[in-house]
Amino acid sequence: MDIYNKLTILSDSAKYDVACTSSGVDRSGKQGSIGSAAKAGICHSFSADGRCISLLKVLMTNVCIFDCKYCVNRMSNDIVRVGFTPSELAELTINFYRRNYIEGLFLSSGVIKNPNNTIEQMIKALEILRNVYHFGGYIHVKAIPGADSELITRLGLLADRMSINIELPSQESLKLLAPDKTKESILRPMGLITTKIQESSTDLVKFRHASKFVPAGQSTQLIVGATPDTDHKILTLTEGLYRKYHLKRVFFSAYIPVAEHSLLPSIDIKPPLVREHRLYQADWLLRFYGFEAKELLDEQNPNFNLQVDPKCNWALNHLEKFPLEINKAPYEMLLRVPGIGVTSAMRILTARRTGPIDFSGLKKMGIVLKRAQYFITCKGKIMEGLKITSDGAIRALMADQHKLPSPYPEQLSLFNEPFLTREDVQQCLTGQI
Amino acid sequence: MPDRTDLVYAYDGSFEGLMCCVFESYEQKENPSIIRPPGVQQSLFDTAKWIETDEHKADRVFNSIPSKISSKAQELIKLGFLTCAPNKELLIYHFLRLGFKYGCKVMTMLTDDTVCSLQKAVRHLTSESQKFMGFVRFSVYGEVLVAVIEPKNFVLPLLSVHFCDRFRNETFMIYDKTHSMALIYRSQKAELIFADELTLPEVDGTEIEYRQLWKQFYKTIAIESRNNPQCRMALMPKRYWDHMTELDDSIEQAKSKGPDQWRVAETATEILPTSIGALASPFQYPTRK
Repeated sequence: MDIYNKLTILSDSAKYDVACTSSGVDRSGKQGSIGSAAKAGICHSFSADGRCISLLKVLMTNVCIFDCKYCVNRMSNDIVRVGFTPSELAELTINFYRRNYIEGLFLSSGVIKNPNNTIEQMIKALEILRNVYHFGGYIHVKAIPGADSELITRLGLLADRMSINIELPSQESLKLLAPDKTKESILRPMGLITTKIQESSTDLVKFRHASKFVPAGQSTQLIVGATPDTDHKILTLTEGLYRKYHLKRVFFSAYIPVAEHSLLPSIDIKPPLVREHRLYQADWLLRFYGFEAKELLDEQNPNFNLQVDPKCNWALNHLEKFPLEINKAPYEMLLRVPGIGVTSAMRILTARRTGPIDFSGLKKMGIVLKRAQYFITCKGKIMEGLKITSDGAIRALMADQHKLPSPYPEQLSLFNEPFLTREDVQQCLTGQI
Repeated sequence: MPDRTDLVYAYDGSFEGLMCCVFESYEQKENPSIIRPPGVQQSLFDTAKWIETDEHKADRVFNSIPSKISSKAQELIKLGFLTCAPNKELLIYHFLRLGFKYGCKVMTMLTDDTVCSLQKAVRHLTSESQKFMGFVRFSVYGEVLVAVIEPKNFVLPLLSVHFCDRFRNETFMIYDKTHSMALIYRSQKAELIFADELTLPEVDGTEIEYRQLWKQFYKTIAIESRNNPQCRMALMPKRYWDHMTELDDSIEQAKSKGPDQWRVAETATEILPTSIGALASPFQYPTRK
């Protein structure tokens, strides 16, 4: 089969993996080699579904001995099976990279004969890239659950980021839908990678030339909506993964039906995109805004409000903390104001050094007041012309959202004014969208 | 300071020239209301005062910035000069006036009109250059990589830093159609030259094959049930599409031809001076002489 058809089949099978970032490692170019990696990541294109394309995302092969019910490559699915040879894949990557189509490679694979055999194929491809082409660009690779630690270590020394997908957020769901995977077979290599990363960073302190193991860290993916697991469960698991395994990212993937099965949602359901979006927003709050999972959801409210973003939801439930005086509030509290993000909060801190800020000053700094106005005061005053009573704000906020006419609710922010904020762009650059 | 509202400075359009305008205004204690680069039509009644570019004066102004304001301010005005803000000269001039008055504090005066406008213009520049780091598409002609872009701001100096590092052993050219400038990198050295037009030879079969592969990948990777053209448009506005391989409809019909040498049209003149002292930096905006 020619390379064109192989690429079509193997990228088609890989596209349900949502991770696409090329971030987390800063590496400049070297004499005699090609490529570099930018810390913030670079989006090279955006596909018709609005998602960032930064890596050549393909499978080594779509042959698989596993039979996970939700997966398009499951053994029992009757599809054409192909595979790249290691040199084909390396050549394709380099040629795309030279033309600046991509930031690097995202390599996953079906399980060929056994996990070890599969990983050996992947190692071969990466060795050609790194040692023959002297490729210095980004490589994200999937570890295959069940492979030997020695092979996973070798793979990790060639890659920038490694991930193992948990896919299903609970053991019961795994047992039901992915009988070949166990919690143990996922968490053991995940723990191994975490340990290796930590060892590698201490080695680097000791020996400057020690090779780096997965310098951009580890990530994983959870499927949302294939099983009855709640947002609360997913978010708590996410928080645990950040704390216990020091993961760099947890990705969420709205379940897209690719297979008909009595245990799965019907084939014609729409992917729960709004729910996925809310989880990403909450994930952001965990990683950059100092929130804890238990502040956002609990047993009584196990799922996110699809109408209001998680931060706004939190603020509406904690009105006693507002309004906040912009000229006095500490950074941590500024971050908790709906509509104010990391960049805006930093700008407020900077500008406060020279003098008090009023509402027109906030606007000049590029801070969007649409949501924030209900939660802040400037020099002790609320925004001029804003009619609010104690609970009027809620009504105004709630009323606003019902006006939202949108065929694409998942991509719009609730209050819909700035379609694309700086933060959206950042999220995109770091691969969230 | 006599505040003549009709005072117009005209300068040669170079960064050094602008620094000399600043020098002149302090020396003569005057406050221009317009600083005009060449090529901008003058209004009927203005009689502009021509400011001669003098490297010594320019250096004095430029070198005083780190000590009198801050090195971040120096960086900001260098970037400010690359922006497409229509009044960038006045913005930089007023920013420096504020800076010489208030010192390093000027960098935190985010609610001041001049400071916030200048920073906004620079943000526009840097975000555009970041976009181009991804959206630039090279075509391979023989051993040479060539890309064409149409940016609003003058992003080539910023792209130069990125691509020269990334493609250390390549020979490449990025042609900026908007500003008629080209960045050329060969034998590990980069230069910016003026090029009024660029004629490219036809591409060879391998190049066409990779274009088609990329286009196919682009099509395949989108998940149909998540289709969202509005979001794509917001993140990758249509003005970028013209030079992006994956969105080029003519690729399927393109004919292949043997490899050929690329060339810059003969009108191109090499102009980048080799020694410009303190002002020689990756952000130098070359002047037409």
